[in-house]
Amino acid sequence: MKEATVIATNRFGLGARPGDFDIVDRNPQAWLLDQLQGPSRTPGDIRELPHSSTVLTDVQALRREERQRKKSPDNDNPDVTSVEKYGQVARGHFMDQVAARYRTATASDYPFYERLVHFWSNHFAISADQQPLPTITGLFENEAIRPHVAGKFADMLIAAEQHPAMILFLDNQRSIGPNSQFGKRANRRNKDRTIGLNENLAREILELHTLGVNGGYTQEDVTTFAKVITGWSIGGTNENGRFAEGEQGTFEFRESFHEPGKKTILGKSYRQREVDQGEAVLRDLAVHPSTAKFLATKLARHFVADEPPAELVGKLSATYLESDGDLSVVYQALVQADEPWREIHAKYKTPHEFVVSTFRAFNRVPDDARFIVRALELMGQTTFRPGSPEGWPDTAEQWGGADGLYKRIEWCNTVARVVGSKARPVELGDAVLGPGMSMTTRKSIARAENGVQGLTLLLASPEFQRR
Amino acid sequence: MVTRRDIIKTAGAGAAAAVWPTALFAKPDSEARFVLVILRGAADGLSIAAPYGDGNYPGVRGELALPSPRRADGLLKLDGMFGLHPSLAGVYEEYEKKQALIVHAIASPYRERSHFDGQDVLENGGSGAGLLRDGWLNRALAPLGNSPGNEKAIAMAINTPLVLRGENSVTSWAPSQLPDAEESTIQRLQDLYADDEFFATRLMQALKSQEIASDELSMQPTRGRSRNAEQVRNMMAATARFLSADDGPRIAVLEADGWDTHQNQGTTAGSLANRLAGLDGALTALRDGLGSTWSNTVVAVVTEFGRTVHVNGTRGTDHGTATAAILLGGAVSGGRVLADWPGLAKSDLYEGRDLMPTADTRSLFKGILADHLGVPDAMLERSIFPDSAGAKQMKDLIRA
Repeated sequence: MKEATVIATNRFGLGARPGDFDIVDRNPQAWLLDQLQGPSRTPGDIRELPHSSTVLTDVQALRREERQRKKSPDNDNPDVTSVEKYGQVARGHFMDQVAARYRTATASDYPFYERLVHFWSNHFAISADQQPLPTITGLFENEAIRPHVAGKFADMLIAAEQHPAMILFLDNQRSIGPNSQFGKRANRRNKDRTIGLNENLAREILELHTLGVNGGYTQEDVTTFAKVITGWSIGGTNENGRFAEGEQGTFEFRESFHEPGKKTILGKSYRQREVDQGEAVLRDLAVHPSTAKFLATKLARHFVADEPPAELVGKLSATYLESDGDLSVVYQALVQADEPWREIHAKYKTPHEFVVSTFRAFNRVPDDARFIVRALELMGQTTFRPGSPEGWPDTAEQWGGADGLYKRIEWCNTVARVVGSKARPVELGDAVLGPGMSMTTRKSIARAENGVQGLTLLLASPEFQRR
Repeated sequence: MVTRRDIIKTAGAGAAAAVWPTALFAKPDSEARFVLVILRGAADGLSIAAPYGDGNYPGVRGELALPSPRRADGLLKLDGMFGLHPSLAGVYEEYEKKQALIVHAIASPYRERSHFDGQDVLENGGSGAGLLRDGWLNRALAPLGNSPGNEKAIAMAINTPLVLRGENSVTSWAPSQLPDAEESTIQRLQDLYADDEFFATRLMQALKSQEIASDELSMQPTRGRSRNAEQVRNMMAATARFLSADDGPRIAVLEADGWDTHQNQGTTAGSLANRLAGLDGALTALRDGLGSTWSNTVVAVVTEFGRTVHVNGTRGTDHGTATAAILLGGAVSGGRVLADWPGLAKSDLYEGRDLMPTADTRSLFKGILADHLGVPDAMLERSIFPDSAGAKQMKDLIRA
């Protein structure tokens, strides 16, 4: 069996299921490239999830109900049911989305494509820390990211920035142009309290989604860009019962919040009106050389090594620019390059990657999604909650703490106990690590006291912890 | 029967003896304890210690201005110029005992407004983002007799933050809810990892931490990053235990996030006030947990940068520049505010919007490392904080 088979399955894919190596070994590179079309239909578990607009409509109605109750005169008779109801509904949505994500990742015959979905949703990271974000963050991944992972980056960029989850996460629904109709009126009425811009989304688009922090923009570009995207909001009534226009829970351009006039960003002036202005800026940012370099570096780091080879980054960056940001062309250049295939086990798995590859090795996902959430929380990578828009890190240096490894070992042991002593750990090792399994590991597993211990040793082995 | 303790000892001995030339440097005070608390998200220094005595303060802070110390619910008076946020009552107690001080208008050398680069500079100890791949506190471990198996520093986190990452071996710990693996499995894993230094070192460190942490602490629920007040307080209680253990670490790093108050920041009540109260409770728990060791302890509470002087359009503040740092502990020569106050008039502000930095976080760290941990000056200037000639070591932070 070729070493490239192990690399394709375990580093580019999400980890081998028993039997996968036989298929991949025929032609590992072709196996990867064939996946770029994506599955002909959205995976079933994901298809069954409701749309984010439906979810937002429901949960915002519940939040309004709660606010009304708080305001009503007889609230000294506190009726906690609406709070409980909201919590139940919110948790239900969150868990359904976690379950769908991990079921899909475990069962997928398109694991390279699935990995790309996870990679890009981490690039456009949303942290589901505050309500109502936990109810729609998984949906963001499926609605804004999944359809575009093998298409043009510009399309994914616009879809991500206009998704209600992103707008809410980075506060853009509250950003109001000082010279917009609403801004002028509000500031005339109340002189003490200024209504105005919130730079959060604009800054993170430049810093984290496109150019990168050294990509050549200034504070003035950030402020101007924030003005450009004033009015990028969510339709319908909010939790305070205000702002009725637009379709509930979907992207809405609020003209009355928008700072009018032409604007200059990175030396180029934009005369477009309304939402077109922001989209024009995003399309230019998507094909900027700094963006090409930033994305090429992240891809090479993810698929090749923590210190990505400069030559490969240069090649991917050039391919990106030549193809106008066509991601499938970039992936093709990546897969056909020499660099990814030089070293097996070049990357230390993140907890997420470790958990998914374990599920795939057993071809089994826990029925109760809470088990997945708790496991990842314990290992330091709480699902859909990276804690900041920077997303999760991607190097061994950042994941390699002593405690992190110890938590993995504890979890390996727990999983091994659940799976039981009937497992045949040496055979399983061959099926999921192939020629990647060292003699030391093989011997250690073979000499284990029992099946449970053998499985623990396999899962905790350096080879299984790397990809 | 082989106990886990024995396993650790065997594993540690060989590695420890071989690696570090600890005798090259003067023996530091082995009793000194240092805790670094990083507030991630850019905490608002103008709320931590508000310059109520600056005539421009109420005007520029508008609805986020904190009430003067004369008011019952107002600031806790530090001096004629500054007042501590009323949520920081525990810190104030220490201030009155002259065991806490505030450094104001302080910033790292970073002058842009990205959280991630700001944290990078705060932690790498260099003059810019991405210039150094390891952390200043890791580099400072070299003269402290640190070695694999005898780690002087612990990250109270599942994932080690940059400030502690680098060549010198450090350990980490966070609570767990899973059962331990059997002794024999752990022993076999040590054999399995023997050829792989990355895994071998980490397992050895983790086992030592397990020894120190009691089962009771281990079973506390946790999240990936400490968010709520109770979690931070529990982590501080655990920190006290690690720092008190006979052969445990002497330096600990904790992180708390949620300081990025872009909206509805609040004043004496509200989201920031709650965060500060959580921090205060955690610091008090550390003090109580350390007992008599508190007298040898310095705690530094820092953040990557401050927030805008003016209130933004959503009753919060945006990313700014200078902020405030808190230093407390029995070893601190406190009861004062260190500030070369830049003022709040429009022309005094950095880029017309932020508090102007007049102190450098590296100066603060140098002062602690030199006078509390006994790190030689030459190392501070050369390897720990390269290109920091402009950031002079702060003197007299530590009680003589």
